Amino acid sequence: MSLLSRIFGEKKKTAAVAKERLQLIIAREHGSGTRGPDFLPALQRELIEVISKYVSVNPEDIKVNLEKQDNYEVLEVNIVLPDQAR
Amino acid sequence: MTRVVVVTSGKGGVGKTTTSAAFASGLALRGFKTAVIDFDVGLRNLDLIMGCERRVVYDFVNVINGEAKLNQALIKDKHCENLFVLPASQTRDKDALTEEGVETVIRELEHMGFDYIVCDSPAGIERGAVMALTFADEAIVTTNPEVSSVRDSDRILGILQSKSKRAAEGREPVKEHLLVTRYSPKRVEEGEMLSYKDVQELLRVPLLGVIPESESVLHASNQGTPAIHLKGTDVAEAYTDVVARFLGEERALRFVAYEKPGLFKRLFGGN
Repeated sequence: MSLLSRIFGEKKKTAAVAKERLQLIIAREHGSGTRGPDFLPALQRELIEVISKYVSVNPEDIKVNLEKQDNYEVLEVNIVLPDQAR
Repeated sequence: MTRVVVVTSGKGGVGKTTTSAAFASGLALRGFKTAVIDFDVGLRNLDLIMGCERRVVYDFVNVINGEAKLNQALIKDKHCENLFVLPASQTRDKDALTEEGVETVIRELEHMGFDYIVCDSPAGIERGAVMALTFADEAIVTTNPEVSSVRDSDRILGILQSKSKRAAEGREPVKEHLLVTRYSPKRVEEGEMLSYKDVQELLRVPLLGVIPESESVLHASNQGTPAIHLKGTDVAEAYTDVVARFLGEERALRFVAYEKPGLFKRLFGGN
């Protein structure tokens, strides 16, 4: 690439595009169980352990969910605190 | 103790056979008694790359079926004293490779005192590829810095982590190594090619080495001489480093930096 084209700006490099696309597709393929065990149950267990140190919560009141929305993956953690905690 | 090393990739044409031939030769040059097995039943090519195609009498499937003894099928390499090639069969029978048969051959090679067994995997995720990785202790995942190759490597890593004997039996997992091949430092510098760091970041496997894109590889296959023997070429040097690192030695990465052209070329664009 010449200095002139550098000065006048150029569209995004294709290698960077490749990397972004791969990051997304690899994350998605792992999420759909093509590789290794699902980590969600373990995450949920550990979250319960950590939160229980500070607040007494019912294990059923902690929900962990992974959702896919087009290009994004959303990790949703829903914790319902009992009344006495406040 | 014998170590079984699979050279795999998922995608075809990335350099598995070139790597298997060079890597197995490199181990033999370092004094290890090494066997290299072609698992690509129906499309054997390792024999051509190793330059022993005219000496194939019996093959892997003949041994599995009891039609030949293992030492009748093993071909002694013409370059290295300690290296033996077990060619694939040209049969079209997909089910020719059985797990029991492969295991029997590997155990027999162990009894014969081989230090390393290098398994050259076929492309794809079918039986041949799975059989090649089933008994592996270590895996060299050969990847080109290109989207389809990276994705397929990721896929084969998943299969390695679920279908290998080590995984199935809950033993210590297969030791994974990443080998980036057909690397062009110039194109990486220009933002046209994924860098080896990108590939490593995506696949999260320790880097064993980077083999530069080179005309020497075609010269090597034309002659049936594994690329590691082409003295003085970048590819031979890079494979020698790979073998050294595999054996636990420290070697700095070479052939990954691009030397920038002068100011004149940069001002007006050289290409």
